[in-house]
Amino acid sequence: MEKELFEQLEDILELDPGTVKSSDVFRDYEDWDSMANLSVIAMLDDSFGVNIASQDFKSLITVGDLVREVKKRMA
Amino acid sequence: MDSLFSLQGKTIVVTGASSGIGRAISVYCAQQGATVILTARNKERLEETLQLLPKGNHNYFSADLTSEEELKNLVEKLPVLDGVILNAGMVKTVPVQYIKKDDLDYMFNLTLHSSILLIQQLLKGKKIKSEASICFISSVASQKITIGNSIYSAAKGALNSFTKSLALELAPKQIRVNAILPGMVETSILHDGAVSEEQLQIHLKNYPLGRFGKPEDIAGLTVYLMADVSKWMTGSLLTLDGGYTLK
Repeated sequence: MEKELFEQLEDILELDPGTVKSSDVFRDYEDWDSMANLSVIAMLDDSFGVNIASQDFKSLITVGDLVREVKKRMA
Repeated sequence: MDSLFSLQGKTIVVTGASSGIGRAISVYCAQQGATVILTARNKERLEETLQLLPKGNHNYFSADLTSEEELKNLVEKLPVLDGVILNAGMVKTVPVQYIKKDDLDYMFNLTLHSSILLIQQLLKGKKIKSEASICFISSVASQKITIGNSIYSAAKGALNSFTKSLALELAPKQIRVNAILPGMVETSILHDGAVSEEQLQIHLKNYPLGRFGKPEDIAGLTVYLMADVSKWMTGSLLTLDGGYTLK
C-alpha cells in the first residue's frame, strides 16, 4: 500500500520514481498547489477507498502522515 | 392595495424543500400567502419545514426525483400550479482526472435531468397554469469557475441553457421561466467536508459585500419571480452573489 501511495504521489506531482520519502513534507514539493491538493484527496478516495474531509487533511503534514491515516481508515 | 409581492391564491411546488435554500424559499412563499407544496426525499425534514410555514393548506410529498417512477407518482399527486421552484441539487468536488461515471451520472440526474423530466411531466399532465412562473436554482459556478467543480459547473451551465429554451417554448402561454444563480450560500452543503473552514475564510475575501449568502437572500428573489410583479421577466439568469462575480 505504501509503495502504491508513493507512486501515485510521484505521478500527481510529476516527480521521478523513487523521489518520495516518508519524512517529506508533501506541501513543500515544487509543484504543490491547490490542484495537487484536490488531486491527492481524490486519489486517496479512488485508489484506497478513503474519504478524507478537507478539514482533516489539513492536519496531515508528511507523506508518512498520509500513509498512517490511510492505513488507519482502511482498517 | 395588495402588496406587490403577494402570492395570495397561488399554489407553488418547491423541490429540495427539506433544508437550506429550499426550506427558506418555502417559508417566504408561504409568508406571502402562497399554498406551498414541499418535496424532497427526507420525510422528517419535510415535516420540519412544514411546521415552519404559517397556517395554510400546505402539504408535502417525499420523492426521489432521480427515480422515474417516483417522479411520475409525484406529478400525479400535484394540483395545478401557479409556480414551480426547482431547487434540488448537490455538489461534489473532484478533479476531472478522478471523475467516475457513476458520480457524473448521478450529479447530472439530480441537477439537470430530474428538473427537465419534472417539467416535462408537469406540462404533459397539464399541471402548469397559463401565466405561471417557473424558477430554477442554478449557480454562479456555471459561469465563474473554480477547480474541482467541473461536473457541477457543467450541469448548472446546461440548466441555464435549458431555462432559456423552456422560456421560449412556454412564452405563448405567458408562462415565464427564469433562473437564479446564487453565489456561495450558508447551508449544510457548505460544511460537508469538501472545503475546510480555513479555505472558506480565504474564499470569503472574494465577496465584496463581506459575507456569504443566507438562504433568505435567495428566497427573497424567488418571491419576486413568483409574484405577478415579474410578469415581463422571462429567460433571465439572475446573478445573486454579494458581488462575487464582480472580481
